[in-house]
Amino acid sequence: MNLLLDLFLTFAKIGMFTFGGGYAMIALIENICVEKKRWITHDEMMDITVIAESTPGPIAINCATYVGYKQKGFWGALLATAGMVLPSFCIIFAISKFLDRFLEITWIAHAFLGIKIAVGILILDAALKMLGKMQKKAVPRAFMLCAFAAMLAIDIFSVRISSIILMLAAGLISLLIFIVKKQSAKGGAGK
Amino acid sequence: MIVPELFIGFLKVGCFSFGGAYGAIPLIRDVVLSNGWLDEEMLTYMIAVSESTPGPIMVNLATYVGSSQAGIFGSLAATLAVVLPSFVIILLVTALLTALLKSPYVQAVLRGMKPCMAGIILATGVYMIVRNGLAVRDGALLIRPLVLTLALGAIYFGSRKIKKGGISPILLICVSAAAGVVAYGL
Repeated sequence: MNLLLDLFLTFAKIGMFTFGGGYAMIALIENICVEKKRWITHDEMMDITVIAESTPGPIAINCATYVGYKQKGFWGALLATAGMVLPSFCIIFAISKFLDRFLEITWIAHAFLGIKIAVGILILDAALKMLGKMQKKAVPRAFMLCAFAAMLAIDIFSVRISSIILMLAAGLISLLIFIVKKQSAKGGAGK
Repeated sequence: MIVPELFIGFLKVGCFSFGGAYGAIPLIRDVVLSNGWLDEEMLTYMIAVSESTPGPIMVNLATYVGSSQAGIFGSLAATLAVVLPSFVIILLVTALLTALLKSPYVQAVLRGMKPCMAGIILATGVYMIVRNGLAVRDGALLIRPLVLTLALGAIYFGSRKIKKGGISPILLICVSAAAGVVAYGL
């Protein structure tokens, strides 16, 4: 089969059968792309996971782009990524057409009142998992706590400050700390 | 013109969503609420729908918000925008810039952004749980949301003591839906 078509169809299949997103997808991608298709090696898969963690965007998209590019350059990346997105795009687009009417049914509205609570729990759980993986040092903890306090204040007082501003500020402060430390280390060595 | 706004809004989300599926939720919430595209209620429902349908949550939310605001073109614009940054970045990284990520300066920026992201997600989770669980109407605390919150929290985190990994998010959503039907229907 044409490799481009194969990339598209394989990632469409992955996109269709991975629920929950994120790390749930890695296992399936590893199974198909490393073991069955041998498109990338296990080590490359590890690399891409690390890269995916330090770059924005859904990890599944990062994987699809990477595998596609390795196999067939730009067009491979494009088709693999498109394949990854297409199934969920179609499903959600269909849902968006009838969700409003669906919610007018009483028992479904009740079900969603329960679901609403589950979503809060899932987000809290995701945050706790991230905290668990964070370095147990003072500086990252301080960043985390400041961001936590700032975001909570933004939510409670409905301030119109985007969380993107918080991210940019954190990146900038961290960069400044690094540069100052480097300078003072140089200064210390010069004496 | 809503389509360009959707594109720009979700481009921002795509650029700054570190930390996987849930990393994007506070950002999407930000963009969607401040533009008035969805209310908090609808957004929470859609997070659950996105979690229970295949595909990355971020992509699902973008498709839904786009479609609800501006039909097929809106959903295409939002979905394209949310995917575009990571597509371009991965292409650049694999093609030429692997060294860039290893640069100590880039690492320093990331060292600040990642814990910040964790704090933002934690705040969002805490805020949503408190808002949903401690709902007040006419000066009185509502019993049902509080009981549901405690019960679902106990089931979700308690299940880890019994079985490794506990119950899956999809199962929790199913249980919570059933609990909602029972609690509000009876």
